[in-house]
Amino acid sequence: MKRWKKRAAIIGGGLVAVGIAAALVLNALNSNIALYVTPSEVFAGKAPKSQAFRIGGLVKEGSLRRDNLTVHFVVTDMVKDIPVAYTGILPDLFKEGKGAVVQVKQAESGEYVATEVLAKHDENYMPPEAKDALDKAQKSQGANKS
Amino acid sequence: MTPELGHFALILALCVSLVQGTLPLLGAQYARREWIVLARPAAQATFLLMLASFGALAWSFYANDFSVQYVAEHSNSQLPTVYRFGAVWGGHEGSLLLWVFMLSGWSVAVAFFSRTLDETMVARVIAVLGLVMTGLLLFILFTSNPFNRLIPAAENGRDLNPLLQDPGLVFHPPMLYMGYVGFAVAFAFAIAALLSGRLDAAWARWSRPWTTGAWIFLTLGIALGSWWAYYELGWGGWWFWDPVENASFMPWLLGTALLHSLAVTEKRGSFKSWTVLLAIGAFSLSLLGTFLVRSGVLTSVHAFATDPRRGIFILILLVLVVGASLTLFAWRAPKVALGGAFGLISRESMLLTGNVLLVVACASVLLGTLYPLIIDALKLGKISVGPPYFNAVFVPVMTPVLFLLAAVPLARWKHTDIKEIALRMWIPGALALIAGALVPIAMGGWTVLTGLGVALSIWVAASGVIQVVRRVRSSMPPASFWAMHLGHFGVAVFVFGVTMVGGYQEEQDVRMEPGDTVSVGGYQFKMIEVKDVPGPNYSAAQGAFEVSRNGKVSQVLQPEKRNYFSSTMPMTEAAIDAGFTRDVYVSLGEPLEGKAWAVRVYYKPFVDWIWGGCLLMALGGVFAITDRRYRLRVKAASTVPTEVAAGLKGATP
Repeated sequence: MKRWKKRAAIIGGGLVAVGIAAALVLNALNSNIALYVTPSEVFAGKAPKSQAFRIGGLVKEGSLRRDNLTVHFVVTDMVKDIPVAYTGILPDLFKEGKGAVVQVKQAESGEYVATEVLAKHDENYMPPEAKDALDKAQKSQGANKS
Repeated sequence: MTPELGHFALILALCVSLVQGTLPLLGAQYARREWIVLARPAAQATFLLMLASFGALAWSFYANDFSVQYVAEHSNSQLPTVYRFGAVWGGHEGSLLLWVFMLSGWSVAVAFFSRTLDETMVARVIAVLGLVMTGLLLFILFTSNPFNRLIPAAENGRDLNPLLQDPGLVFHPPMLYMGYVGFAVAFAFAIAALLSGRLDAAWARWSRPWTTGAWIFLTLGIALGSWWAYYELGWGGWWFWDPVENASFMPWLLGTALLHSLAVTEKRGSFKSWTVLLAIGAFSLSLLGTFLVRSGVLTSVHAFATDPRRGIFILILLVLVVGASLTLFAWRAPKVALGGAFGLISRESMLLTGNVLLVVACASVLLGTLYPLIIDALKLGKISVGPPYFNAVFVPVMTPVLFLLAAVPLARWKHTDIKEIALRMWIPGALALIAGALVPIAMGGWTVLTGLGVALSIWVAASGVIQVVRRVRSSMPPASFWAMHLGHFGVAVFVFGVTMVGGYQEEQDVRMEPGDTVSVGGYQFKMIEVKDVPGPNYSAAQGAFEVSRNGKVSQVLQPEKRNYFSSTMPMTEAAIDAGFTRDVYVSLGEPLEGKAWAVRVYYKPFVDWIWGGCLLMALGGVFAITDRRYRLRVKAASTVPTEVAAGLKGATP
């Protein structure tokens, strides 16, 4: 085979491979992203309608209620409350008054149905997204008062 | 007193590592022998100082010295002695100390096992390791000193995170770190070769056993971590595409590419620049991994409470390492002579394709891991990238890798005939097609993914077995031959396990009361009772589940829910009946009303093959290191002057 033909084959093959890989990656990335929103943002209608998203905040004290395997609780940023239901076994570190991140879809009844509740390794750890939600809510409240 | 000695040793280690990192390098550059010969003693001194420092911290844990802040935060007087030792690296400060201790261990090993190597080369390698060590020691001393005192001393410690009180933890981080840090040696060899301009077959041969060693440790470390997550976290998964898991997986992918590319550089002298880039990349990703785990910038199951200053320091270190080494590469690489030419279809081209695909896989993992960070930094909102992304990208990229993997050993260097390969691959091909069609049906349902997975694993395994049988008939092959086939067979076993678990596992979350029975995967689980049992530093609710199949009782599983006295967080201990073809897995959720519990029951076919495959891969690596040609060199070189020996080594294929 001629030298230039070989080069062209290698370069062409490489380009095709990179193109396919890029297409795969972008496509997969697009359909598997979950946006983080705070409870206040959910209230303001900023949550995506058709896609699953994640809510960060605190599990409100006294809101945990069990109904067989389904657990109902409220995720709050201390300003707005979002009711969430989850069916299944909660991670060990899920607790009232502690930070949590839940991946949810909206159900018909107005309650959000969680498909995933995130667990952490460390009991003193607050998920950055939960902390972020609290900070944001605090700021907007401070702004309203002044 | 002991902690102060440890602290002092750490500061001395910094001073010595600075000497180790500079003088031998300058000596090699300006041909000053008295500076070059400093490399080995400096490496030995740093190792001894790090040993003293690490020993001092371990002693503080053993002696329950709660006046040391790090000990007070990670241990407790009730903690069993074994875990007190494991707790040394149970937190940020201690695990970094372990990191540097291991780095000093690797450099002293290089100093010891490289007696036959060119003195200047060794000096450069040790010096580069010294520089890396200096950076990390500065990091420890300025942002994360494990010897900080707590005044007044704590009454008792806060205890080790219960999740980490497990035999798996005692071994998982050291293994993983040995791998991470081991790539520093491959990196140092690459940099030393760039500096000297001696990027030749001899360099590749020196570098190979070290890279393989690091790769073995990383493989075992990742497998251990995955196994630990499987039985300890109580979620029953073995891989979550969590950022921290990805952080260990990316260096592994590049390291695997590096192993194969080094083989080409050694045998054929090609791929030199590519090999150097991979070595730089693998180590940079190891550093990035440390940054991701320790900076707390990502939401991850592994994220521990962290200090942002630390993240910035590692980021600066990372930028310095990557920036300096790439600059050096850009400056020196154009002078690197090209290796042997090769045809469009040859062993080289196939290995190159596999290499590129591994790099693409690594890049896609990197993108998925960093994407949330990038979006956040651009103030476009906070997002997370889910596991389906990684699965969707990974399967199509790795499929051609597995396809090639079976055929590469048959291909010849320089040029190979595709017909010849096809002639020898039709048996494994036919076997793979048959198995891919039939095995999934026997397991209970054919899907594209299970068919593909089974076919690929049989393709790799069958072609390997046939090649081994053919080869053994003529003569006893060298260790490197066994190494390759063991490693590849491990991949086949791994793929088979992943396919089976992914396609046919069964899971149920149920509410159970004593006397209730649930059926999963053909097994019946009957809850007998849940009773309270005491442990050394916890109290537990222990369940008893009778497992039976076709009416025959095989075993009683006893999962636990533990409450550790020193923390408010409960811990799930799953009970697993492991078997060659399947695991059954029971874990307790929360207590419900009355005597009822939420219970999670799993049936996991062939799940242990996943880790078995990893073990085989690692074993392949061990065989690779024991290959005679690495030892022959020692004999040959001890009688022949170094330059002549190096020349000979370059000449032999």
